[in-house]
Amino acid sequence: MSNHAHIDEHRDDEGAKTGMWIFIFTELILFGGLFIVYSVYRYLNPAAFHLAAEELDTFIGTVNTVILLTSSMTIAMSVSAIQYQNKKLTLILMGVTILLAVVFMVNKYFEWSGKIAHGIYPGSPTLMEASQGEILFFGLYYAMTGLHAIHIIIGVAFIAYVMRLVVKDEVQHDNFTILENSGLYWHLVDLIWIFLFPLFYLIT
Amino acid sequence: MEKEQHTHIVKYKTYVFVLIALLLMTFTSVAITSLNLGPYTVSAALLLAGSKSLLVLLIFMHLKFDKKFYSIMVGGVFLLFASVIFITFLDYLYR
Repeated sequence: MSNHAHIDEHRDDEGAKTGMWIFIFTELILFGGLFIVYSVYRYLNPAAFHLAAEELDTFIGTVNTVILLTSSMTIAMSVSAIQYQNKKLTLILMGVTILLAVVFMVNKYFEWSGKIAHGIYPGSPTLMEASQGEILFFGLYYAMTGLHAIHIIIGVAFIAYVMRLVVKDEVQHDNFTILENSGLYWHLVDLIWIFLFPLFYLIT
Repeated sequence: MEKEQHTHIVKYKTYVFVLIALLLMTFTSVAITSLNLGPYTVSAALLLAGSKSLLVLLIFMHLKFDKKFYSIMVGGVFLLFASVIFITFLDYLYR
């Protein structure tokens, strides 16, 4: 334990967490705007959205949902683990979270490359022959799952950085706000996927 | 001197239960889609997604254990979002 004087230590856990939440609100509004665009276009083109959604693989979508929900649990558990002063378990749980995120991205890669191989990508000749609604659906599909995937990559980098801090004992049982904040970010990624999944993969 | 922060430690078991609930809701929404409920399918899927996000917010994101202040802010943001959707659709439905 570091017993040297912490007298001049400047820390504001409450403030750091509040700041993270405010950042998360801006993210929610960013994706919220896209969800509104989606719902208006779906309202205007119900048949085309239905037709286009049939192209998406519900199985891959479900697998990725299970993966993200599980990774959300492991990062939440890591916050408990650090409070129990179990450094090893904290690192294992964070590592599992990153591993699951990588698996998610690999699935996403196969899903996207499958679509692209079928000639479905923004501006492709196949898509240009399709109806306006289908073009809109796939435009939104690539934009929204793509933006979500970027968030996954940022989340992985954030968690990896905090893992380094845990290894160096800079994050400990009495000082783990940054771990909590990386967890909050990861749950946001999960939260967005919870809505992306039914809206893109589960249209009947 | 130790700063007394976050006295509440959530048990691992709680998280496992939450995950099980989340997975059950996911499979339910997939199953509902394969049934043909017409317009109710979307409502059911969104209702389940809403319940899932509530669980994530309350337990995973600790809103249940944190100061009420955070929950009020989150509620405010969702209210803002809901009003924007409402106003957008008022425009589209009655223009």
